[in-house]
Amino acid sequence: MSRQFVYQDDELIEKPFNWKQMGRLVTFVKPYKAEVGKVVFVMLVFGMLSKLAIPFLTMLAIDRAIFPKSGEGSLSLLLTIAAAMLVLYGTRWWAQKYTIHRTNEIGQRVIFDLRAALFKHIQSLSFRFFDKRPAGSVLVRVTNDVNSLQDMFTNGVVNTAIDIVQLIGITVILLFIEPKLALAVIVTVPLMFFVSTALRKKIRMAWQIVRIKQSRINAHLNESIQGIRVTQAFAQEKENIAYFDEMNRSNIRSWNRASALNQLFGPLIEITSAIGTLILLLYGTYLIQSEAMTVGVLVAFITYVGSFWEPITRLGNMYSQMLISMSSAERIFEFMDERPAVPEKEGAKPISQLSGRVQLDNVTFGYENDRPALKGINLDVKPGLSVALVGHTGSGKSTIVNLICRFYDTVEGRVLIDGQDVRDVTIDSLRSQIGIVLQDTFIFSGTIRDNIRYGRPGATDAEVEAAARAVRAHDFIVDLPNGYDTEVEERGNVLSVGQRQLLSFARALLADPRILVLDEATASIDTETELRIQEALGTLLEGRTSFIVAHRLSTIRHADCIVVLDHGEMMEMGNHEELMKRPGHYRNLVEAQYRFLSA
Amino acid sequence: MDIFRALKSYYWKDKGFLWGSIAGLAVATALGLIYPLLLKSLIDDMILAEKYDGVLGLTLTAVGVIFVKAAFQYVHGFSGGRLGNRIAYRLRNACYEKLQQLSFSYYDTARTGDLMSRLTADIEGVRMFIGFGFAQLLNTGLLLVFGFTMMFFVDWALTLLILVFIPVLGFVAIRFEQAIHPVFRSIRSAVGRLTVRVQENITGVRTVKSFAREPFEINKFVKENVDYRDNHLTLADVWAKYFPMMEFIANLSVATLLLAGGWRVIAGTMTLGELVAITGMLGFVVAPLWTLGFQINGYTQSKASGERLLELLYQPISVKNRDNSLALDDEAVQGHIRFDDVSFRYTNRDDLPSALLGLQLDAPAGTVVGLLGGTGSGKSTAVGLLLRAYDVGDGAITLDGIDIRHIELESLRRQIGIVFQESFLFSTTIKENIRYGRPDATMEEIEEAARYAQADGFIRELPLGYETIVGERGMGLSGGQKQRIAIARALLNKPKILILDDATSALDMETEHEIQTAIRKVMAGRTVFMIAHRISTLRHADEIIVLDRGHTIQRGTHDKLVRQPGLYRETYRIQYSDRPEELDYEADGECASERRVSG
Repeated sequence: MSRQFVYQDDELIEKPFNWKQMGRLVTFVKPYKAEVGKVVFVMLVFGMLSKLAIPFLTMLAIDRAIFPKSGEGSLSLLLTIAAAMLVLYGTRWWAQKYTIHRTNEIGQRVIFDLRAALFKHIQSLSFRFFDKRPAGSVLVRVTNDVNSLQDMFTNGVVNTAIDIVQLIGITVILLFIEPKLALAVIVTVPLMFFVSTALRKKIRMAWQIVRIKQSRINAHLNESIQGIRVTQAFAQEKENIAYFDEMNRSNIRSWNRASALNQLFGPLIEITSAIGTLILLLYGTYLIQSEAMTVGVLVAFITYVGSFWEPITRLGNMYSQMLISMSSAERIFEFMDERPAVPEKEGAKPISQLSGRVQLDNVTFGYENDRPALKGINLDVKPGLSVALVGHTGSGKSTIVNLICRFYDTVEGRVLIDGQDVRDVTIDSLRSQIGIVLQDTFIFSGTIRDNIRYGRPGATDAEVEAAARAVRAHDFIVDLPNGYDTEVEERGNVLSVGQRQLLSFARALLADPRILVLDEATASIDTETELRIQEALGTLLEGRTSFIVAHRLSTIRHADCIVVLDHGEMMEMGNHEELMKRPGHYRNLVEAQYRFLSA
Repeated sequence: MDIFRALKSYYWKDKGFLWGSIAGLAVATALGLIYPLLLKSLIDDMILAEKYDGVLGLTLTAVGVIFVKAAFQYVHGFSGGRLGNRIAYRLRNACYEKLQQLSFSYYDTARTGDLMSRLTADIEGVRMFIGFGFAQLLNTGLLLVFGFTMMFFVDWALTLLILVFIPVLGFVAIRFEQAIHPVFRSIRSAVGRLTVRVQENITGVRTVKSFAREPFEINKFVKENVDYRDNHLTLADVWAKYFPMMEFIANLSVATLLLAGGWRVIAGTMTLGELVAITGMLGFVVAPLWTLGFQINGYTQSKASGERLLELLYQPISVKNRDNSLALDDEAVQGHIRFDDVSFRYTNRDDLPSALLGLQLDAPAGTVVGLLGGTGSGKSTAVGLLLRAYDVGDGAITLDGIDIRHIELESLRRQIGIVFQESFLFSTTIKENIRYGRPDATMEEIEEAARYAQADGFIRELPLGYETIVGERGMGLSGGQKQRIAIARALLNKPKILILDDATSALDMETEHEIQTAIRKVMAGRTVFMIAHRISTLRHADEIIVLDRGHTIQRGTHDKLVRQPGLYRETYRIQYSDRPEELDYEADGECASERRVSG
């Protein structure tokens, strides 16, 4: 099949159990260690005790009260034993309730802390981090990967402890009641472990393949829904259906395999346990026959051995679960270990109210080491001036504004704002004084009002409206079904591209920054909106230092200074008149534009 | 059960597996009930009767029963797994096909996340119930009937006594399910909100960072994180309330049995073996009762899932082939488009007026039509109607004189190449993206199309050239690069009709001009519809139509329109204001002040 679509797969991993990851995870439990101690204590002492004591009491009831070897049965003893059982059951009820409450509380808190720490850390990371990762892969770390640790933290840890103790407890009791029979039965345990782990491993691998195929299906579904218009416009529905059928089929095949293996587990364990039963019944009866044992003991053994296999299966299950969790933990910690590419200096001070002077001092920069995006740029912009950056795609226009906002750090040279190196001030204070209108306006889910207010959370409704009016967005907003309270969202289609851009203008204006950056912000604005923008731009730029990245002459020509860039180098600089007076890149560009008009 | 009847066609072909799953489970259950009977025989007939000859035979029988039981259990698991997978496969394919067919108007309001969850979680719900849940629910019923019948034969009085506990336990189990059901639902929505919150944050990270709003984002996130945790704690509360209680009731019934049964053994009205057997049977019968709530829950969940799937599958398709629709002969198509008094209103937006009103247009093959207008003026609607993304409200659109509603959809769309406002690229290689509309296109054709779209140059500069994989929404490419690939995709077919919906907005003038020249060459004798905001783009159109709120307010050639007062001239004035000599009025070409910027 052709590579009609390509989706990146997670790798198929089967790494040995990683104690280091486990250790790091445990640090998240540390704050709750007193709580954990209490739960484990309650569960072991009360929960365990009752569970282990019941068959023992049953044995006593049979051998002493109901069917004693010699003499009459004793109803009063039976009643006493039943009463003791009732007390134990009651205790168990309480202990279980307590444990469920507590383990979940601890587990959910740990998960909460872990997720919050991860999210906070991601917020501190720089553009570089996000540049190389699709949004979806970051999302699954914070959601799915953290969730997959949930079971381990809530029930996993406590249950594992309980299971281990239960196994030991049963073994001890069996040995205590009837050592010979106990030893004979326990011989089958290693066999059980062997069958269980060998099969588990196969099952685990099979499910991993299913998971990988499933996430491929999800990726394709997501994409095909979002790109459905293209698909239909190009009449590719049939091709897509055929592709999907193939994908779906292969997913089901691997699922069939995994499920067939998985379903084998229960029956195989049961068959293995049949060996134990065989020994128990044959040897047990023999012991009774030779009068070395009572019937009650046999019944107790049957009960104990029955609750022997359960923790063994559960532990195997838990181990598989842990291996999967570990790969999630690994992915989470991989993110946690990322350092921001633009770190804040120790002792960085907040920048004071700016006047808005921006200097680039011999700046060189590259997104990748071998390909410089900017070479030795010098620029000094006085407060309040507007600078237009002109050049082809890849000439370095956007890079300059990215450096001014300190989304990246220069490789060589410095960026100074009001004479201070941007690396010496806090990132927060720097960015809050720079307003940016990006090429793609991002709309947050919420009302139009919330979206404008994103620039300055404390703004009053009147201020929000004033900003909208100033950028001529007010009219279309009040035309919407609920005006400023209309709910919008990123993928929604309530707003046109042009309207979104007007919103982001309002957002930037409301923030009232000293320095304003418009990164190709007027590219998709329609004519009518453009008329408004032309008017609005005056308001927006008034008294601010501004950087405008644009293709349109109409936007560029009014700038105080036009900087022409080519392949990361500054070719020309000056205002429109000056640049038009001499032959050069800019004049060529302008003339070409009219040539296109009449060609 | 209506839902499952409606879904019958997706699983009935595999009814063999359905019977296998049910029969396997029923037989395994019945064999499980034999084991306590064998124990009874061992104790009463051999041990207590001191006739040890039969022990070996009996033990081997017990082991045999376990083996056969395990085999049937596997039959159940295997059949259920296959059945579930087949239904999942068919349902997923059916839903996907449906998604491919649903019209643009459906996607205007549909949410990707909602559709995704139908195709994943809902299919999973149906898979689990039909594969396993149904058989288990049936089995619980059978088990209760068989189990109690057998217990009844062992000792009817004791059985009647124990029967009292069953409704209590069943009642609590059902109450449990009722209490936990809404919690699961609110957990699901909490997970959804958390996911949306993180997703929005990551896709909007550039905006977040440019406004330095990370703390605000963290707060928003923490709110959802708290909500997620608290919902899980509520779940734990319900769990803690009911689960230990159910265990207590079950335990109580066993203790009661021991007490009452023991009493009878002491009184000599019952044998010890009978007591052991009846106790074993009770444990066996009670086990599935605990999960009765979950089984019922599985049924209701799966019913709701089935409902959501059927809703999607039964969704009417608003634009589809009519009976006897015409397949065009690709060679013979001229590309003569007429809009005859076309009006349209988006049906899902009753609050809005008509999107297009009485549009008249005659574009013989070889015509270039330009469309200009503000947001909501109806430009995109007009070309959408031509593509039959929607069907016209009033009037008709004809292609070579045939009403396009009478033409087979696929055949119509094959004649049309379109570049949408937002360039959507699929996650695959650039090569595959360009030949999306015609998977059999050769490399030469692909490169030719890329050259026309001015994309060949930058594609070759990429390390992997045409084999570069562009991910999620064309990651890693600039807006202009994506647009050029989308243009190449539309040109590859050399369509009879080309639609460019603001397709060059992110390109600089020079590149755009090159593309325009290429398009003129490729599209000679064919029809082009061009939506644009730049005069330079529209300049050469044979007819330019200026739209406003669905009305045609101006039409004519550039030369004619530029001499008329109106929106077109206004736009021209803004974009070309420093060439006053061409205009018959003064432009306000005043340029920036003498303020200078030094380098």
